[in-house]
Amino acid sequence: MDFKYEIEGGNFSKAGTASSEVKKILKQLNVDPKLIKRIVVALYEAEVNVVAHAYEGNVTVKIASDKIQIIISDMGPGIPDVDQAMTAGFSTASKEVREMGFGAGMGLPNIKKNTDEMRIKTQVGKGTELELINYL
Amino acid sequence: MVKVKDIVENLNARVICGEERLNENIAVAFASDLMSDVLTLDTDNMLLVTGLSNLQVIRTSEMSDVSFILFVRGKRVNSDMLKLAIDNNMLIVECEYSMFRTCGELYKLGVKPVY
Repeated sequence: MDFKYEIEGGNFSKAGTASSEVKKILKQLNVDPKLIKRIVVALYEAEVNVVAHAYEGNVTVKIASDKIQIIISDMGPGIPDVDQAMTAGFSTASKEVREMGFGAGMGLPNIKKNTDEMRIKTQVGKGTELELINYL
Repeated sequence: MVKVKDIVENLNARVICGEERLNENIAVAFASDLMSDVLTLDTDNMLLVTGLSNLQVIRTSEMSDVSFILFVRGKRVNSDMLKLAIDNNMLIVECEYSMFRTCGELYKLGVKPVY
């Protein structure tokens, strides 16, 4: 089963709508609630990153019998130094993003913590693609 | 475990939605205005205490399986937040006390910290 969602850069009122939809679907499929929480927290962090940093993005969720794969790709500034971005506490978030309660430099490390596999492909000036896999 | 109803009474707080959950019990609480920190927790049956009032507080709680939110320092819940909280069957409480006083009262009642 595949599901697709769009993310609007800069629009915090809609941030989390894709994660919310995915949570409902996984609940209907009777996925273990602890696993659902890991998946949707990772996806929500990624969604907030797109809203905070990129112009637009989309989410593709593929549900297979053994795993759930999520790809979040955006058109945005890209990440110049992925190792630095993976360091807890490092952040380039704006004042506005921090006022929303984010931008503490915890997003990518927390996504990694909540997924079994995480891959980042990024190109400065073009955008970023994040692949998240959780095994069932 | 502390009954939500007892928390509301001790803090002179107002229940905004989720009255039907007042007789449920809470074991632990986490106080933060930083949702990034809330998202790092893997605790169930938790009360979130916050002075941050925006839609992402409710979204963060939805993703983190947090069903009880206590807004301190007189912060108000707006209509979008309320709708999302009701959709997710959450209990929302507003309180005039400072974060420090609220946490002190909660601790006296026997609510435990997450860590």
